[in-house]
Amino acid sequence: MAKNDYQLGQAKMTNNRGGGGRGMGRIIEKPKDMKGTIKILLQYLRHFLPLFIIAFSCAIISVLFQLFGPDNLSKITNLINDGMKAGSVDTAAVVRLSVLVLGFYLFSSLLTYAQSFTLVTATQNIMRKMRNDISHKLNRIPLGRFDSASFGDLLSRVTNDVDTIGMSLNGATSEVVTAFTTFIGCTVMMLLSSVWLTLIAVLCASIGFFMMNLIIHRSQKFFSRRQRYLGELNGHVEEMYAGHIIVKAFNGEEESTREFERLNALLYENNWKSQFISGIMNPIMEFLGNFGYVAVCVMGALMVQHGMIRFGTVIAFILYVRMFTMPLTQVAQAATTLQSAIAAAERVFAFLAEEEMEDESGKTEKIENTNGLVEFDHVKFGYVPERTIIHDFSTVVQPGQKVAIVGPTGAGKTTLVNLLMRFYEIDGGQIRIDGINTRDVTREEVHRQFCMVLQDTWLFEGTIRENIVYSMPDVPDEKVVEACKAVGLHHFISSLPDGYDTKLNDDSNLSAGQRQLMTIARAMIEDAPLLILDEATSSVDTRTEQIVQNAMDQLTEGRTSFTIAHRLSTIRNADVILVMKDGDIVETGTHDELLEKGGFYSELWTSQFVNAEAI
Amino acid sequence: MIKILKRMGRLEWLLMLCSILLVFGQVYMDMRIPDYMSRITKLVNTEGSLVSDIWDAGLRMLLCAVISMCISFCSGYVSSMLAATFSRNLRSKVFSAVEGFSLEEIDRFSTASLITRSTNDVTQLQNFISRGFTMIVRAPISITVALSKIHGKHWQWSTLTCGAVVLVLCAVVFVMKYAHPRFRRMQFLTDDLNRAMRENLTGIRVVRAYNAEEYQEKKFSNANDILTDNHMKAQRAMSVMHPTMRFANNGLTIGIYLIGAFIIAQTPNYSDALDTFSEMVVFSNYASRILFAFMSLNMIFNMLPRAQVSAERINAVLDTKASIVDGPQEKGLEGQEGTIEFKNVSFRYPGAEGMILQDISFTAKKGETVAFIGATGSGKSTLVNLVPRFYDATEGQILVDGRDVKEYTQTALRGLIGYAPQRAVLFTGTVTSNVTYGAGGGANPENTEEEIRKAVEIAQAREFVEKMPGGYDADISRGGTNVSGGQKQRLSIARAVYRRPEIYIFDDTFSALDYKTDRVLRARLKAETAGVTTLLVAQRIGTIRDADKIIVLDEGKIVGMGRHEELMKTCEVYQEIAYTQLSEEELA
Repeated sequence: MAKNDYQLGQAKMTNNRGGGGRGMGRIIEKPKDMKGTIKILLQYLRHFLPLFIIAFSCAIISVLFQLFGPDNLSKITNLINDGMKAGSVDTAAVVRLSVLVLGFYLFSSLLTYAQSFTLVTATQNIMRKMRNDISHKLNRIPLGRFDSASFGDLLSRVTNDVDTIGMSLNGATSEVVTAFTTFIGCTVMMLLSSVWLTLIAVLCASIGFFMMNLIIHRSQKFFSRRQRYLGELNGHVEEMYAGHIIVKAFNGEEESTREFERLNALLYENNWKSQFISGIMNPIMEFLGNFGYVAVCVMGALMVQHGMIRFGTVIAFILYVRMFTMPLTQVAQAATTLQSAIAAAERVFAFLAEEEMEDESGKTEKIENTNGLVEFDHVKFGYVPERTIIHDFSTVVQPGQKVAIVGPTGAGKTTLVNLLMRFYEIDGGQIRIDGINTRDVTREEVHRQFCMVLQDTWLFEGTIRENIVYSMPDVPDEKVVEACKAVGLHHFISSLPDGYDTKLNDDSNLSAGQRQLMTIARAMIEDAPLLILDEATSSVDTRTEQIVQNAMDQLTEGRTSFTIAHRLSTIRNADVILVMKDGDIVETGTHDELLEKGGFYSELWTSQFVNAEAI
Repeated sequence: MIKILKRMGRLEWLLMLCSILLVFGQVYMDMRIPDYMSRITKLVNTEGSLVSDIWDAGLRMLLCAVISMCISFCSGYVSSMLAATFSRNLRSKVFSAVEGFSLEEIDRFSTASLITRSTNDVTQLQNFISRGFTMIVRAPISITVALSKIHGKHWQWSTLTCGAVVLVLCAVVFVMKYAHPRFRRMQFLTDDLNRAMRENLTGIRVVRAYNAEEYQEKKFSNANDILTDNHMKAQRAMSVMHPTMRFANNGLTIGIYLIGAFIIAQTPNYSDALDTFSEMVVFSNYASRILFAFMSLNMIFNMLPRAQVSAERINAVLDTKASIVDGPQEKGLEGQEGTIEFKNVSFRYPGAEGMILQDISFTAKKGETVAFIGATGSGKSTLVNLVPRFYDATEGQILVDGRDVKEYTQTALRGLIGYAPQRAVLFTGTVTSNVTYGAGGGANPENTEEEIRKAVEIAQAREFVEKMPGGYDADISRGGTNVSGGQKQRLSIARAVYRRPEIYIFDDTFSALDYKTDRVLRARLKAETAGVTTLLVAQRIGTIRDADKIIVLDEGKIVGMGRHEELMKTCEVYQEIAYTQLSEEELA
């Protein structure tokens, strides 16, 4: 086995969103329910309404002040032009006007900054709230929902979606406001100066607008193809690298390279096409800018010659045309950005609207000083309503008894764990702890009764201490050490340079056995009256296995325990054995009873241990 | 970065050169336009100038604009070709380099990192080439051409332009110092946030069992706060750029007119004054191009470090030579088929201190089953990985069919072997495509269908395969996620069986199966594929009990070799393993 064990999807894929050319370099998703989504989105915005109002006011005022610039420049030009002809320039007036305009510009720039600042603050806070809502929601969804594999996948995308929303809220909204104001303001200012030149400017701008929509539309096809092939190619790369050892062992290099080259060629094709087509935009826009400049210059010059306007107006118009064409392109791009943001918001809200677990705040009953009497009373259960897998199961487990759950792989041994913990709700009957129906208390109360050690040793990035203490508040260090001594980890932990404060991460050198021991220590700290234990130790080598078993035995002591059993000794010493097959509990009894019965259990027993007994 | 450019082919260099020339042409044409405006200004302010002259200048202006646009099209075409060609070739190079790697190199980089390098890093560079390259080329050309245009005009204007440039540069430096590092940190912080989310997801049962929902949410919201804070600071800082740039640009225009007014006021001669006036009207056009060129530095400096990192990571892959090279031989020695011999083999992982295997010697004859057992880390997997040359032995020699494994071509050597690893690997495709995967085995190509059925049957996979929708043509999704772990394992065994190899290597393949399947499978295998030599790594005594030879490994050394009964008597380590699995009572 190679040293690094790679799971598909493990590599960090930074989603590659293009910086420049917003709205162009990616696929535009169309939201399904635009109205409804916007409504919910507005509810989020509501909390920050004042900030939005400030930001938008700043934007509008800033634009208005900017609009006076060209007009004043026109006056300055006329002053100079007149003075030049007259032989003496009124420099005092020029200075006065210049200072005024500079002041306007400075003020306008400051307001723009204020607008960005408030908008960033508002959107970032909204994003933070949205993310927290998602995380909060996560823990209120029934566990059954997580069984479909795509669900976790969806969730990871949701966080990316929040980024998309935030970016477009920040960029696009202010752009729309600014662009709109500029557009209106510019039109008014231009009309006041010269109707004819205004018409020319409008003509240029609308041609540009039309062309751009055409191109955005065309390029979409290539962008979505490019994205698809990039996805396929990356998928192929990931799969081949993850299975490198098999590719090598079975001489699959040629086959894999052939597929790679096929995808690479397709990607190449769509890569340059999409980039080229979106790249056409810039020259066209530049040309229109230039064309507007030329048209204003020539027409303006002719009009000046005919005495229809002053020369300063031409200068002002050159600037106005620039200001005027920009907002149109901006609005078009902002529209596409907003569209994909709303599609993203739709996904986020769909998740937030997922059905939650039943609210239990009304349940106040507690299970105190638990003895550990567990009763299954005509329990009926199915993961899906149509298919009942546990039909009518009843048994009584006395305090302190050991229950072994056995059965072949895939028999559904975890189902029982799920029901005990109330991860799933049963469809009929009752499960009682100390005579109290678990449905009558809160789920938290049920969870509080159990320690749980699962085969899947879940540790997180954090220190060893954090992992062992986990969510228990105020656990003294002595208790942690005590638990680690009990499971035989203390010596190992002490030998680490940072001891209990050693950080665990992906490449930390904890063996599978040590990980298992950590989770046992965690269960010891929790110290609940009932115990659920998954004994599977196939990933642990034989020597560690013994240590782990000892630790598990210690944990079992004095607790009513439910063990998914793999060891002969556990099974033999069990007070009750629950035999599972195809999801259902088929037999119940002690080892000897069941062997005598000669049913599924005895068949399982003989097939499993036939070798051992032949010795 | 430069190193990665050196890897470009002639086509790419040519495209690059074209691109530079085209950008130059385009910038030049663009900047001709204001010249005509200056002429028009003069015409308008000169008594008695002809309307046709204005039209003439206007048409020339328009012509420049059209030419500039055409050149822009060409340049867009060239640069998109450049970026696409560059990324295609680079991607291809990286992929084939990795395909050539042995496990030694894979371990050195780690699979996850290699994937990122071949996908993300290449895309990152492609983005840089497509956006950044034109920018990098354009900025200096723009500055040069614009400088040549304003050269020799009034020095006061140039000084003012310098001032505006300094202002813009200040903003650029501020953003670079303050915002860029924060933007770079963002990726890590997003990772942290996603980790917190993933943690909650993967441990959902534990989280709920321990009533730790609030604990997890707190963790998430902490990561969220840090991310939000960082993001907010970065964006606020970034927001400085745009208003500053606008103020510099607008202020510059006003300044030029202001200075112009004073110069003209001091110029008594009308025609000189008109010269200055017409220059003044277009000066700001050139000056603002210089400003924009400097501002684009901001974007370049933002992209460059990221591209740099990607380039280095890709270079590291391309610079790595595969450590395992082919020998010349295609076939083993006559009469020695199916034999494996280890002669004093020792192995050390590159960079590791201690030997993981020491002085291993044994022989497996044709048709024999040799089993390896020992604690984790005892080197049993490593040992069998040396046979198909996933790694090369550090010392000693391994003979397959009487020939040193290093003398074979890798294809020929691996064609002899049917291998199934501990963690089964399935590829996207169908059951059939997975079972028949690969090339160079001994499978009979005439009778594929029957061979597949047989292999699947031997691997105890027939029952579930035939139940799958589509049977043997049933789809296997990426990573084989639509079949269970045990089923994956059985298909992986079927793949090894289908190959009809001389040698089986089962690297802890059976521990994922339940006892019953394990037993039946091995019995079928033995009956159907007699004469195939088997190397078997296992953890369960039951799996290896009836092997012809059991080799017990402890810390890389052979501490016992023989049959089960012998080892039960003589080998302490073996006894220890046996006792933990079977209670003494049952062994008695």
